[in-house]
Amino acid sequence: MEGLWIIICGSLIAVSCGLLGCYLILRKMAMVGDAISHAVLPGIVLAYLLSGSRETLPMLIGAAVLGVLTTVLIEMFYKKARLQIDASIGITFTWLFAIGIILISLFAGQVDLDQDCVLYGEIAYVPLDLWITNGGVNMGPRTVWISGSLLLLVLLFIWRGYKGLFITTFNEEFAKAIGIGVAFWHYALMGAVSLTTVVSFESVGAILVVAFLIVPPATAYLITTELKKMLLLTSLFGILSAVGGNYLASMINGSIAGAMATIAGGLFFLVWGYTVVKKRKRSITAN
Amino acid sequence: MKETINFFSFSDPNVQFVVIGTMILGATAAMVGCFSFLRKRALVGDAIAHSILPGVCLAFIISGDKNPIYLIIGAFITGWISLLLIDGISRTTKLKNDASIGIILSVFFGIGILLLTSIQHSGNAAQAGLDKYLFGKAASLTQDDIFTFSTIGIFLITLTLLFYKEFKLISFNPDYAKTVGLPVKFLEFMLATITVLAVAVGIQAVGVVLMAALLITPASGARFWTNRLGIMIAIATFFGALSGFLGSYISYIAPAMPTGPWVVMCLSLLTVGSIWFAPKRGMLSKVRTQKDNKRKILIENVLKLFYHLGEKNDDFKKERNINELQEGRDLGISELKKGLSLLKKKNWLRKKDGNWVISTSGLEEAKRVIRLHRLWEMYLNQRLKLAPDHVHNDAEAIEHIITPELEKQLEKELNFPQKDPHESIIPYTES
Repeated sequence: MEGLWIIICGSLIAVSCGLLGCYLILRKMAMVGDAISHAVLPGIVLAYLLSGSRETLPMLIGAAVLGVLTTVLIEMFYKKARLQIDASIGITFTWLFAIGIILISLFAGQVDLDQDCVLYGEIAYVPLDLWITNGGVNMGPRTVWISGSLLLLVLLFIWRGYKGLFITTFNEEFAKAIGIGVAFWHYALMGAVSLTTVVSFESVGAILVVAFLIVPPATAYLITTELKKMLLLTSLFGILSAVGGNYLASMINGSIAGAMATIAGGLFFLVWGYTVVKKRKRSITAN
Repeated sequence: MKETINFFSFSDPNVQFVVIGTMILGATAAMVGCFSFLRKRALVGDAIAHSILPGVCLAFIISGDKNPIYLIIGAFITGWISLLLIDGISRTTKLKNDASIGIILSVFFGIGILLLTSIQHSGNAAQAGLDKYLFGKAASLTQDDIFTFSTIGIFLITLTLLFYKEFKLISFNPDYAKTVGLPVKFLEFMLATITVLAVAVGIQAVGVVLMAALLITPASGARFWTNRLGIMIAIATFFGALSGFLGSYISYIAPAMPTGPWVVMCLSLLTVGSIWFAPKRGMLSKVRTQKDNKRKILIENVLKLFYHLGEKNDDFKKERNINELQEGRDLGISELKKGLSLLKKKNWLRKKDGNWVISTSGLEEAKRVIRLHRLWEMYLNQRLKLAPDHVHNDAEAIEHIITPELEKQLEKELNFPQKDPHESIIPYTES
C-alpha cells in the first residue's frame, strides 16, 4: 500500500509539472523553470516565519510572489541592463537560493526546513503523513490530496487558458496584434509554475521538480509536433518515471526522488536514441 | 569585536585554511567563468556542477575510499560526459540548448542523489562527508584541501595565462580563429576541461546549486565596468577573491552562518551593484542619459514651434500665448509647459505678462535645429532620391543628433542650399 501511495503522489506531481513544462519547453524557457524552482526557497522560508507553521496557503503565496519576482528580476537584468539571458537567469536564482539558505540558518530554531529536504525532498514519508478528519476517518496521505488538487488546478488552468496559452506560445506577434495579453499569459504561466514547484517541494524536492518540468516534455517533444499529443505523451512519460522510480529506489535502497529523475532520464535517452537511429535509417534509404 | 581581531590576525590556523581556500576557489572560478560568460555558456557551468555528483559517488563506490584525487577524477569524467551530451542533444534534436542543459542537469543530479543516498543507506562509515559535494563545506576546509585547491588553482591560472590569446579569440570570433588555422576544437576542449576542473574544486566550498554563481556572477558584474577582456578578468577575479574573503569573515564572526551562501550573497551584491551603478554601462547612468536626451528633444521641439509660428507671419519675436502654442504642435499641455520653463531657465525664452517671447540666443538655437532638419531633408531628397513627402519623419528624428562636424559636411556636400525640398528657406547664421 505504501508503495502505491508513493506512486500515486509521484504521478500526480509528474503530470502537473509535465503539463506546465510543455509550455516552458515550447517557449524556450526551460531554464527559467529551473530558476524558479530554486528561487522560491526564500519565499517558503519567509512564509514559514510569518505564519509560524507549515500551512500550505501561506507557502503558496510566498512561493508565487517569489516566482514572479524571479521572472521580473531576470527580465530586468536582461532587458534593462542588457545582460545576456543565461547570465541573468544564473545570477538571479543563485542569489535568491543563497538568501533562502541564509534565512534558514538565521532562523534555524524556528524553521523546520533543511537543505536536504529542499533539494531532494522526502517522498518516502508521504504515506506516513495521514489526513485524519475530525470524525476520525482516515482519508489517506495528506500529500496525495494536496497534489491531487494541484493537478486539478493545473488542468483547469490549461483547459480554460488553452487558447491564450496556445497563441502566445506559438505566435506572440499575432497574439499582440489581435489584442491578447501576452504579458498576462506569461505571468500566469510563471505563477502556475511557482505554485506547482512549492506544492511539489515538500514531497519531491527542487531537483525532481526540475526533472519533471523539463525531461518528460522534452522526451515527448522529440516524437510529436502536436501540442495535444505532446501533453498526453508527457503525462504518460511522467507516470512511467514515477512507477519505475519507485521500484528502482527500493531495489538499490536510495532516494525515490532521485530514482524517478533517473528513470525520466532513461526514458529520454531511449527515445533520443530511437529518433537518431530512425533518422539515420531514413537517410540511408534516401541515399 | 574580539572575533574580528582574531580573524584579521589570522592566528587561528583554521581561519587561514578557510580564508585562503575560499579566496583561491572564488578567484579561480571567476577567472574561468569570464570565458564561459563570453561564450554565452553561463548555465553550462550549472549543468557541470550538477553532473559532478554521480561521478563523485561512482568514484567512491569503485575505490571505496574518499581520497580527494579519486573523487575529483570521477567528478571530472561525469562533468565531461555531461558537456558532450548537452552538445549532442542540441545538435541532433530540435531541442534548444537551454532544454538540453535542463535535462542533463536534472537527470545527472537525480542519478547522483540516488547513488549518494544508496551509499548512505549502505552503512559504510567511510561515506561520511561525501555530501560535502552537495552543499559545500567551506567552513571545514583542511590543510590537505588547501593543498589540493592551490595546486589545481595555480595549474588553471597558468593554463589560462598561457593560452590567453587563443582563448580570447575563440571566445569572440571562433570562425576567424578557424580561418587563421588555430586548433579550435582542441582549444575548446582545453577551455571545457578547465571549466570542469574549476567546478569540481569549487563545488566543495559552495555546493552544487550555488556553484553556477561562482562562475558567472563575477564575470557578469565585471562586464559592466569595461570592454577589455584583460581588465574584465582582473575585476572578476578580484570580486571572486573579495567575496571569498567576506564570506568566510561573516561565517567566522557568526558561526551559525554558512560560508558558501554568504560568498554568493557578497558576489551577488557586488554584481547587482555594478549592474546598477557602473559608469556608462550601468542601468542608472543609462536612465540618466535617456532622460537627458528626452529633455533635449523636448526643448528643441518647442524652439522649432516658435520658429514655425514666426515663419508664418514673418515675425519671430512676437509674443505668443499658451493656446496659440498648443495649436501649433501636437504636444501635451504638461509637456509644453515643462519645455517652456526649461527654456526660460536657459534664457532662450522670456515671459511677458503671461505670454512667451523667444530671445535672440533662443532664436539662434531654433535656427540651428531647423537648419539641420531642412539640410537633412535636402540630403535625403538629393542623394537618396526620396520624394519630398517622404523625408520629414526621418529628419524629425535625426535633427537632434547631428553634430556640428556633420552639419558642416552636409552644408559642403549640398553646397549651401537656400531652400529645402518643401521650398522653405534654410536659415543660416549671419557669421
